[in-house]
Amino acid sequence: MDGASWNYSDKVKEHFFHPKNILEIDEKEYNADGVGYVGSPACGDMMKIFIKVKDDRIADLKWQTFGCASAIGSTSMLSEMVMRDGGMPLDDAWKLTPEMIINELGGLPANKIHCSVLGDKALREAIKDHFKRTGQEDRIPHDDKSRVICECLNVTEDDIRMEVLEGVKDFKTLQERTKLGTMCGKCVDTAKTLVDFYVGRYYTEDIYTGKEEKK
Amino acid sequence: MIYLDNSATTPLHPKVKEAIISALDLFGNPSSMHTVGRQVRALLEQSRKEIADFLNCSPDEIIFTAGASEANNTVLKSATNCCAFCEDNRGHIITSNIEHPSVLSTLDCLAKKHVDITHIKVKENGIIDPKDVEAAIRPDTMMISIMYVNNEIGTIQPIKDIAEIANKHNIPMHTDAVQAVGKIPIDLQELKVDFLSMSGHKIYAPKGIGILYKRKTAKNICPLIVGGHQENSMRAGTENTLGIIALGEAIKQAGLEMNDNKKRIGALRDKLEKGIIDQLDDVRINGDVEKRAYNITNLSFTTIEGESILLRLDMHGISVSTGSACSSGSLEPSYVVTSLNVEPEIAHSSIRFSLGRETTEEDIDKTIEAVVETVTFLRKISPIK
Repeated sequence: MDGASWNYSDKVKEHFFHPKNILEIDEKEYNADGVGYVGSPACGDMMKIFIKVKDDRIADLKWQTFGCASAIGSTSMLSEMVMRDGGMPLDDAWKLTPEMIINELGGLPANKIHCSVLGDKALREAIKDHFKRTGQEDRIPHDDKSRVICECLNVTEDDIRMEVLEGVKDFKTLQERTKLGTMCGKCVDTAKTLVDFYVGRYYTEDIYTGKEEKK
Repeated sequence: MIYLDNSATTPLHPKVKEAIISALDLFGNPSSMHTVGRQVRALLEQSRKEIADFLNCSPDEIIFTAGASEANNTVLKSATNCCAFCEDNRGHIITSNIEHPSVLSTLDCLAKKHVDITHIKVKENGIIDPKDVEAAIRPDTMMISIMYVNNEIGTIQPIKDIAEIANKHNIPMHTDAVQAVGKIPIDLQELKVDFLSMSGHKIYAPKGIGILYKRKTAKNICPLIVGGHQENSMRAGTENTLGIIALGEAIKQAGLEMNDNKKRIGALRDKLEKGIIDQLDDVRINGDVEKRAYNITNLSFTTIEGESILLRLDMHGISVSTGSACSSGSLEPSYVVTSLNVEPEIAHSSIRFSLGRETTEEDIDKTIEAVVETVTFLRKISPIK
């Protein structure tokens, strides 16, 4: 049994079976410059990222994950991407997207995308934590670039995109999770169109490669 | 390869394989009058008798189907009336919240046709209290359908007691006995159910064959597949002759091996469970420890996720299954494990080991070792301490 029949790419398997940059020592002993913690065990995914910062670059990154193969594989991949070439500048690391990680992994089965979206979130939380610890709060970007769809509850287009990445496939589920459109309701049609658009983007093929997002 | 997923499906019994091979050239249509057809007919009837003897019922109470899912669909679609195709359906059906999807989804369809469904909740041990069933009965209750043995956690439901309640109130009773046949003795003169479903591929016969038992005195049902007189006009279509011959042989072997299997496999299951629990902390057994099928153990390894465990065990050549959401591609973990009144993470971290007649002591020793290694590693990389 070599697992050849899984829909996971060899890269995902490599990172799942031999994860890189796991935090193996005690958290205190590691003494990170920033820590990010996202997800919940109830959802089946939880991610913790620890970073060390030097010259405004990520000098070291360690992580811990409660999650499935694609969650473990994609966090391991992210840790390698961030530490390449002397460490990624913080501003670039902030802009890392799930699509970029999935692309590096050589694609993920469409129904597994939602397991892989926590890594970059945890990384941003860790960077945010670092900015707070070092009095650089002004560097925390405000997510106001994304168009606000639901004005009543301040749900943006990017929020909708992230919900779809996390596994939402229809408007009803989106509404249950975000409560979008439950106040005045005027954004419902736009939101429906956006859900369909992103579902089309991520779930049309059995394996999503993230290629169209490649910079 | 160590195969511990026998509740998903089983390999063919060697005797079943022989029976299939010896029948491969018997191509006749059992409905034909000539010798070629009659030859096959004789084998089908022999198989039917084998099954009837095993279940202690009459051969004409056995309807061959493509499996238990079809049997469940057939009974339930005509539970409240002729069937949803023929007539409008009204009425009330009682079931449990841990049934197989072939029961739950069929009932969801009926609910859209204005049938009321009551899902009795199992207790924290995964077992139904018959009193809850009795309390749910209404004047318009038209069927009670409760599974015998649960496929994920192996708990055995008090079907005999529930059937007695159903009889007392004159309500037809159905049980999905897929995981029970061959594991617990079933005597249909004692067990007063009107309908029972089973599947061949869980007892070392091939996929695509099963039965619906219908007691002679049971209410009429409307066949799901119409257009032929086969199976007493209860299931149209030329019979799956090789499947039926195989199922007869599988049942015969189940009868011969049942007691030995219970002793041997039961001891191996206990050894596996003890071996794991002795070496690892925070392992939870899901479902009642006593009232469950001897071949299943469902364990939750808290703080780690089931799919990761499954795939790493697979790397060791060990096949198991999990109740984690990730394995199903949905966002929700197993509804069976969550029904035990536990946090969703218990379901996310659950693994089902289901042993079979080919499982050896060496398999179990290797599995214990691999589970301990896998769980220790995944706990090391888990942020939940």
